[in-house]
Amino acid sequence: MIKRPFFAITKPKLRGSRIWGLPKEVLAEVPLPKKVTFLVKGPFPKVAELMIGVGDRVRTGQKVRLATDRGDYFISSVTGTISSLSPYSGYMGQANTAVSVNVTEKDQGDDEFSRVAKDVSLQNALKYLASLPGAPDFGSLVSSKPPLEALVVTGVDSDLLVTKNQFVVDTEAEGLKQGIETLKKISGIQRIILLVPNYLKVKAEKTGAEVKAMDPLYPSTLPRMVMKNLFGKAVPVGKRCEDLGIGFVSAEAVVALHKAFSEGQVPIHKLVTVIKKEGSTVQARARIGTPVKDVLNALNIETSQGDRVVLGGPMAGLALFSEEAPVLADTEAILVQDKAQIVPGSDTHCVNCGECVKVCPAKMPVNMLIRYLENGRFEEAAQGYDLLSCIECGLCTYVCIVRIPIFQYITLGKQEVARIRSAEEAHA
Amino acid sequence: MLNEKLLVGSHAPYWHNGISIREKSYHTLLAALPAVLMGIYQFGVPALRVMALSISCAMLWELILNRVMRRPVTIGDGDAAVIGLLFGMLLPATAPWWVVVLGTAVAVTVGKWIYGGLGGNPLNPALVAIATLIISYKGVMDLDQAYLNYDFSFPAADPLKAVKALGTAAVARYSLTGLLMGQQVGGVGTIFALGLMVGGLYLILRGLIRWEISLSYIVGVLVTAYAFNLVHPDKYAGPWFHLLAGYTLLGAFFLITEYSSSPVNLIPMLIFGAGAGVMTILIRNIGGFTDGVVFAILLFNIANPLLDKIRPRALGRSK
Repeated sequence: MIKRPFFAITKPKLRGSRIWGLPKEVLAEVPLPKKVTFLVKGPFPKVAELMIGVGDRVRTGQKVRLATDRGDYFISSVTGTISSLSPYSGYMGQANTAVSVNVTEKDQGDDEFSRVAKDVSLQNALKYLASLPGAPDFGSLVSSKPPLEALVVTGVDSDLLVTKNQFVVDTEAEGLKQGIETLKKISGIQRIILLVPNYLKVKAEKTGAEVKAMDPLYPSTLPRMVMKNLFGKAVPVGKRCEDLGIGFVSAEAVVALHKAFSEGQVPIHKLVTVIKKEGSTVQARARIGTPVKDVLNALNIETSQGDRVVLGGPMAGLALFSEEAPVLADTEAILVQDKAQIVPGSDTHCVNCGECVKVCPAKMPVNMLIRYLENGRFEEAAQGYDLLSCIECGLCTYVCIVRIPIFQYITLGKQEVARIRSAEEAHA
Repeated sequence: MLNEKLLVGSHAPYWHNGISIREKSYHTLLAALPAVLMGIYQFGVPALRVMALSISCAMLWELILNRVMRRPVTIGDGDAAVIGLLFGMLLPATAPWWVVVLGTAVAVTVGKWIYGGLGGNPLNPALVAIATLIISYKGVMDLDQAYLNYDFSFPAADPLKAVKALGTAAVARYSLTGLLMGQQVGGVGTIFALGLMVGGLYLILRGLIRWEISLSYIVGVLVTAYAFNLVHPDKYAGPWFHLLAGYTLLGAFFLITEYSSSPVNLIPMLIFGAGAGVMTILIRNIGGFTDGVVFAILLFNIANPLLDKIRPRALGRSK
């Protein structure tokens, strides 16, 4: 944990970690787990529409559709039998469907994708590669209006201590080069920018792509800050980066895309940075769907009552209530914190110290905003105090002298505003 | 299920930079120490008595109010101690015990808790108490009367009062070095200008107070005092005298920078500080009170919410 320096007249400088010449063996392989779980977005399908059931067999690399009335699918990363199907409530009540698979020892490959893999097209990517490691958003390539002008391949990691994407740039330069070509081919977008931290610039340039190097000073690694600092475009409130013609895809996904088409098999291994209790990091390679518990066991990391396990980095990750939760396609990191490192929040009022206002990259009046949010006045917070400008970096909460969970209040506020507004539209 | 290991769930971020109100309070106490020690050195045991009584009374009132209002006990965060400290620093060393008890009661109750406690106060609690005393009890805050029984090696008259009565002729009796080194009568913690500057600088470097407010306040005082001095050099004292005499430096570093009664955006901070600085000199030179710091800061405390509406446009907001 980076503490406040003794002299703290300037803003905190939180620089992302780097992977200076790490020996290759830090890449730890997580053995095949006994059970894996896949999460598919969307509410649990109607029973009549279900296409799979408990006891069905799935093969490695097989595309498994959930329901007849929806296109949603997952790619099974193991061979085994489905052991359970259940609704799963995710972050902020997001509805998901969880599918658990009991793993049999031997992998049996599925050849559905290999039969079509010669046709390197967006159609096939949409059809088979939606749950590629790194979770690329192929949908935005099709649906964005106006169409995307440029794609940013992120070789920087947005959160602190996470080094997964940098690791990919460092170790898989060739795959990245080929992947960028594949990406150009399927998307038809000619401008592909490889975004890397300064120290990887030379390596990144070998890919032949347009390289932009940056100082990975948090939160300038977040997409909305990249838009502002690198492209000079501030994303308007209520819009996404894609609405301004720029899409983001992680370096890991680009390499996986190349592997998928060149090898004719959907990649099923996910790279995650595991941040240990004492702050050191290890890259772990696990099947998508592996329970976090198995990853930690493989690395000999012990947790005990009262510790915290987070999917993601220290600033913007999601805390888990159970180690049974799976590593997902979009999981960047696993952070393990000892109970002694946990700084509890408090319900004290804001004292107006102004640290949050000073540190906010979106220049929001956080001190006023939190007063409205604490009292449940979400609509006023959105209209008068820029609630919706928040880029969700978490710095306000990091510096808060009375330790108010500001970030949580903000996400709650955003969700409530969206709910109020959609209800108003429905009744208009 | 009962034996299952429970993890701590909470919202991001999972890091904190470690700052707390307790740390801020204790470092404020530390920063004030040089000035307070000089006060005790100059005025002796009575000064120590005032400080000790003031801090302990303020904490006691806080504890009583915690109990009465059924809130968690908050004396541990040191905020009450800071209120007591600042109130004690403003008092003359000979202040009777009931002034301290009453004053801290006003500071903690009317200044802080009726607004809901820490962070709710629109005015600086210590200044609310001092203002109440100045208005309610004539003579309690009169420095000339307070130190009648002392035998100082320096002029024992309140410098600001002397200047107000006699014009610049009185200034000659005070050397700037003397004022800087605590050779003046005043509140227990207000006489040692150098000590206050060192303490203030410490708080600024630690990032515990907003330097923009302190700086603009000092600039406001200096510029206004200089302008007055330029027009009537024989009637109004110069800027350096005003900076070093009275409550100016305690105000600049410890009072005006109180968190919840001051703005947080850059332009409002500059207006707030400079405005209070100008107002201080206006009150001193042409107002009815000897020292303008108390009322100037209180006045701008009231303007704070309005001033803080001037703020930069947030990311992604159109005009």
